[in-house]
Amino acid sequence: MRDVAIIGIGMNEKWGELWDKSIRTIFTEAALNAMDDCNVDHIDSMYIGCMSGGLFVGQEHLGSMLADNLGADFIPATRVESACASGGLAFRQAFMDVASGMSEIVLAGGVEKMLDVDGGAATYALSTAADQEYECFHGVTFPGLYAMIANAHMAKYGTTRKQLAHVSVKNHMNGSKNHRAQFPFKTTLEEVVNSVMVADPLTIMDCSPVTDGAAAVILCPLDLAKKKFANKPIIKVIGSGHATDSIALHDRKDLTWLSAVELSGKRALKMAGKKIADINVCEVHDCFTIAEICVTEALGIFEPGMGGPSVESGITNIGGKIPVNTSGGLKSKGHPVGATGIAQIIEITEQLRGISGDRQVNGAKVGMTQNMGGSGGSSVCHILEVN
Amino acid sequence: MGITARNWREYPQRYRLEAAKCSQCGKVFFPPRLICNQCKSRKFETIKLPGEGTVKTFTVIRVAPTNFIDEVPYAIGIIELLEGFSTMMQIADCDPEKISIGMKVKLEFRKIQSDGEAGVIMYGYKAVPVSE
Amino acid sequence: MSRTVGIIGYGAYIPRNRIKVEEIAKIWGADAPSYKKGLMLREKSVPSPDQDTITMAVEAAKNALKRCTINPEEIGAIYVGSESHPYAVKPSGTVVAEAIGATPSIHCADFEFACKAGSEAMFVAHGLVKAGLIKYGLGIGADTSQGAPGDALEYSASAGAAAFIFGENDLLAEIEETYSFMTDTPDFWRREHQFYPQHAGRFTGETAYFKHSLSAAMGIMEKSGTKPDDFDFAVFHQPNGKFPLRVGKTLGFPKEKIETGWLVPTLGNTYSGASPLGLTAVLDAAKPGNRILMVSYGSGAGSDAFIFKCTDKLIEVQNNAKLTRDYLDKNQKYLDYGTYSKYRKKIIKNA
Repeated sequence: MRDVAIIGIGMNEKWGELWDKSIRTIFTEAALNAMDDCNVDHIDSMYIGCMSGGLFVGQEHLGSMLADNLGADFIPATRVESACASGGLAFRQAFMDVASGMSEIVLAGGVEKMLDVDGGAATYALSTAADQEYECFHGVTFPGLYAMIANAHMAKYGTTRKQLAHVSVKNHMNGSKNHRAQFPFKTTLEEVVNSVMVADPLTIMDCSPVTDGAAAVILCPLDLAKKKFANKPIIKVIGSGHATDSIALHDRKDLTWLSAVELSGKRALKMAGKKIADINVCEVHDCFTIAEICVTEALGIFEPGMGGPSVESGITNIGGKIPVNTSGGLKSKGHPVGATGIAQIIEITEQLRGISGDRQVNGAKVGMTQNMGGSGGSSVCHILEVN
Repeated sequence: MGITARNWREYPQRYRLEAAKCSQCGKVFFPPRLICNQCKSRKFETIKLPGEGTVKTFTVIRVAPTNFIDEVPYAIGIIELLEGFSTMMQIADCDPEKISIGMKVKLEFRKIQSDGEAGVIMYGYKAVPVSE
Repeated sequence: MSRTVGIIGYGAYIPRNRIKVEEIAKIWGADAPSYKKGLMLREKSVPSPDQDTITMAVEAAKNALKRCTINPEEIGAIYVGSESHPYAVKPSGTVVAEAIGATPSIHCADFEFACKAGSEAMFVAHGLVKAGLIKYGLGIGADTSQGAPGDALEYSASAGAAAFIFGENDLLAEIEETYSFMTDTPDFWRREHQFYPQHAGRFTGETAYFKHSLSAAMGIMEKSGTKPDDFDFAVFHQPNGKFPLRVGKTLGFPKEKIETGWLVPTLGNTYSGASPLGLTAVLDAAKPGNRILMVSYGSGAGSDAFIFKCTDKLIEVQNNAKLTRDYLDKNQKYLDYGTYSKYRKKIIKNA
């Protein structure tokens, strides 16, 4: 297996309601930005994370359409789907493609164009990441699934409503410094708690938004990066972990424990030869506030049940011991589901390059991403290190 | 059409709460499976899930998918029907504010959703509080 | 030689939602006290949006099965009588059959005869057992009936179901006699594709309800050689509180013999479920040896009459399922007219 590096990154100028741009345009924009970031004139293959082009814009077969629009005629292009972890998994596929020696310069991208459908249809499309016949059939939604996790977590560990709100306040604080964020405003505990209820106990301010957006990164062998792309800090991909769990939340023994997150994290750390304590900065899947709490526990950053008190203590703030979601997370930056996993890679890459401006974690050398599918039915983790 | 056959296929589970119990290790699967993920046995017996259980966790849906928009707010939960076996269903006929983890419920046959005003009606079970 | 056939299991189901006469009257500018006095009715049951004739029929059937020990696969016929079958075309009975585990060796049919559909499901189910064609037969009356907004029927049209399993052994109540009386009398109807039924006002009284109910009651007593004194309970169709009491009085039944199965003051008119639900309430309270007269009425018009005699076994199973009066008198939830209108799809969203 060859060592792999990230040499180029690109997103849309801003995520959010991109009414005048189609799925093909937002993806191509991000992909061209990534190619321009490292001055490559071609790519050998690409992987695109997209959860549901079919339900959101009636478009499947994205490999063909997006390679065509990128002017990358005839390359192998693969659409990857693992619900909200589609982007992270597309990155893993690209990593494996380069590491295996099959391809040299590979694009890993993600895209979701979510705002063309109304709220009910978007809620339905997202809910297809759950067990269609045994969860969705009964009318559950994603906020609903995570709300059930939250209620179980509160009952088991005494996690408080206020601790959930702290996740949102922190991530909006971080997002307020991110010009690409969909909702770069700051918020307060009171605002989060008193916002309109979506699925008890989660309010709209506990939920990541519906977003149009795309993101792309370029990977190549580390040797090639050192030779041709050394004008910027070279970011090595040192660990990749992927795991699945039962798709139905009710099939899990402990409703508060995300086994796929735990295992994907352990696998990535093992490949990287690192311990969780070695991680300087972390982007995790805060699709809902409770998710960030559960993920930080499952990754072993905090003990089970300590995710809530930890975020409350400020330890995950920028400047804290282990900053989490410096980008603003899904909550503030936006959550175009297929693009999220790639955007997490971009945030960590920028942190390791040292170009995160007001959000910079000083001295960050090793960073981690965690991208989740569904209610924890899949999870993909990556560990990046600056060369 | 797609919904019609998909729903019909699940009748043993939706109408009669039939589950598969692994003949070797006893793990219960709903819906039935071809291989047990615990002991890898491929032999199962059909059992009928009990009509009573306990709320393990729940929420109240206030923003619903298209097919359920007229029903908000509605409660939904994970109901433990056998020791170590749970499944998801709505919790009906109750004030959502009065639901609690550990609450006893019984199952009643209800309309779960329908394929629009003219399409098939899909039936199944919902939990209702025992105490009330 | 004719077989002795009777009820071997029975069960009821009533939704928990209610609406009071006052709540309806205030919307239509009607005088609630005079409606309450005129109809002898205070409130009615209302189905939730997730309840229909099929769901209530299944719950009533499950309760009936709790009161006997038969294998559902041995039920040879299921008949569901209703004027509110959820489908215009597609049987209700097959859903019930699948849900209770009675398929596939079974005969199913849906009946419709205004408020008499339930008793005719019972009549046919019992008849097939008596003929020796099937071992057990299940007859169900269930309705989520609707009256047009503001119409007198809106104050009474309600929801409920009753199910009866008939067989030859382990009887809870023997059927001693049956008799039916019908003519073509158009007192109430609903044309295809119409949402609400229409009725012929006062024409529904003497020529329709009273003539058929009284004729069927007198007919069955003549056929069986019985008189009101021979009965401990009488159940008549109950479109409102007054009508069944008047039929009883005309025939010579004191109010005490009617009250046990007289559910209408707080239930409303459950149409196909009305006299069958009244019968379940009587069976819940009856003692061995008690004799029950039941007379249904369906517009169009006709009445089915039955004479039941309770056995010793009845008291062993009465508490094996939820009692009808417990459904009626406990855990009620009172709706306002807005919620009721939403539940009953009276709000037009596509206009």
